[in-house]
Amino acid sequence: MKARGSVFKYGDNVDTDVIIPARYLNIADPVELATHCMEDIDTEFVKNVKKGDIMVATKNFGCGSSREHAPQVIRDNGISCVIASSFARIFYRSSINIGLPIMESEEAANAIANGDEVEVDFDTGIITDITTGQTFQAAAFPPFLQNIIQAGGLLKSLKERESK
Amino acid sequence: MAMTMTQKILAAHAGLESVSAGQLIEANLDLTLANDITGPVAIRELEKAGFETVFDKSKIALVMDHFAPNKDIKSAEQCLQCRTFAGKHEIVNFFDVGAMGIEHALLPEKGLVGPGELIIGADSHTCTYGALGAFSTGVGSTDLAAGMATGKAWFKVPSAIKFNLVGELPEYVSGKDVILHIIGKIGVDGALYRSMEFGGEGVASLSMDDRFTICNMAIEAGAKNGIFPVDEKTMEYIKGRIDREVTAYEADADAVYDEEYTIDLSALRPTIACPHLPENTKTIDELEHIEIQQAVIGSCTNGRIQDMREAAAILKGKKVKKNVRTIVIPATQEVYLQCIDEGLAKIFVEAGAILSTPTCGPCLGGHMGILAHGERAVSTTNRNFVGRMGHVSSEIYLASPAVAAASAITGYITDPAKVAE
Repeated sequence: MKARGSVFKYGDNVDTDVIIPARYLNIADPVELATHCMEDIDTEFVKNVKKGDIMVATKNFGCGSSREHAPQVIRDNGISCVIASSFARIFYRSSINIGLPIMESEEAANAIANGDEVEVDFDTGIITDITTGQTFQAAAFPPFLQNIIQAGGLLKSLKERESK
Repeated sequence: MAMTMTQKILAAHAGLESVSAGQLIEANLDLTLANDITGPVAIRELEKAGFETVFDKSKIALVMDHFAPNKDIKSAEQCLQCRTFAGKHEIVNFFDVGAMGIEHALLPEKGLVGPGELIIGADSHTCTYGALGAFSTGVGSTDLAAGMATGKAWFKVPSAIKFNLVGELPEYVSGKDVILHIIGKIGVDGALYRSMEFGGEGVASLSMDDRFTICNMAIEAGAKNGIFPVDEKTMEYIKGRIDREVTAYEADADAVYDEEYTIDLSALRPTIACPHLPENTKTIDELEHIEIQQAVIGSCTNGRIQDMREAAAILKGKKVKKNVRTIVIPATQEVYLQCIDEGLAKIFVEAGAILSTPTCGPCLGGHMGILAHGERAVSTTNRNFVGRMGHVSSEIYLASPAVAAASAITGYITDPAKVAE
């Protein structure tokens, strides 16, 4: 499986308060909630993002609060993959659990620029910056996590196991 | 193979003789927690996936603390959803307005978390209970939903950083200064994916409330959990709160740590984290003149009785500076009552502060003290991210209750020793 899109690039320590500010966490409707994604640091994001686009950031992406609304609004804005040098651990778990594809690659995160066209091959972990022609190898997920991803999230994987 | 304290708790809950760093395990949960923000998402996911029962109605805690008492209709609807779920599944530990307190102060107080136990919570500050010698960590709502349904969660066994504490804290320096100092040293991802294990002869001098504050902010260094050894103070704290059997795990003497730090508590100074990251720390002596318009004393980090006492000791007989809105929030009903019984409530109100019912409110920019553009707050909370307490151009300086109280009096961030003189 592959994803391809243009890149929205951010820096270190993008926290869940800027991904989705807490003042909106009283909103239950996912569509309305998604319109506030990134607005405290990038008011253009929701206006310009297209289905399939890719988010790239450097270290400790998704730090701070455990709010699952954060990976949720990124996914619901059509982002096909988040690439970062490293992820905060709760964000990492939640992304896998809800089916937001993520990739860890410090080289890719440092080299890819805002607006680049990037392709991600989920089977091989190869990230290609089409704009510059550079390729990067992301770390592979352990089989246990691959099972969750393939099942379409944690709860679906548990249901599958239950029915076996 | 030698194990850290965290690894021993994980091994015991996974039914394994031993575990090692990097291993993926499935462990049994002693308690799962959600609040009025993360609970509705977990409930929705649980129901959507077709789970109709919960694993144990006595091992689920639901605490209505974030936007409660409800700040608007949407928040009221979220609490209603939790209340309906709690009713349907006969959830024993559902805490609504009147019984609720800020979750991470409430659960230890109610004896719902104890030494050697394994707790997950859909709130990042769930790591607080490590103060009691438990393994506890924050998760997202889907992990929590799975935990509520099955009583289990998957973990990657963490390696650890050891913090060897020596000496004793000087006057006007508390647990908050210890953890801010450490985060300043190692950075907001300094303990990413790892445990922060505290030990050393300095531990004995730290109160339980200091230890709660320190473990609470382990997440601000990226840690999976923070944990203290179990000692006499731990056992004294749980007396009368817990009557079930608990286990005090100890790290093996030859446990391997990724890194080790020695922290001399006696050398610490009041420490402040400047905008917009908890790692941007300065001691009070290094900090420039920072004027403030608001002081917040409370939260899951610093809303316990020791925090209230330290703030009151500074504010006693004094007035807060005109135009510094000073908001004091005892974390639980028990702490609130203690504030009344000990005369602290009178001190706060006479000083010109307000005393609020328990709520997470201002810490996450929810309600009860939102900042306007360009405004600045000194706050005993845990995060100073962009927009965290209000407008994107507002600023938060994180500090201890003593510093926040002293700053409320002078109108700028102030060394408590100077006000007390």
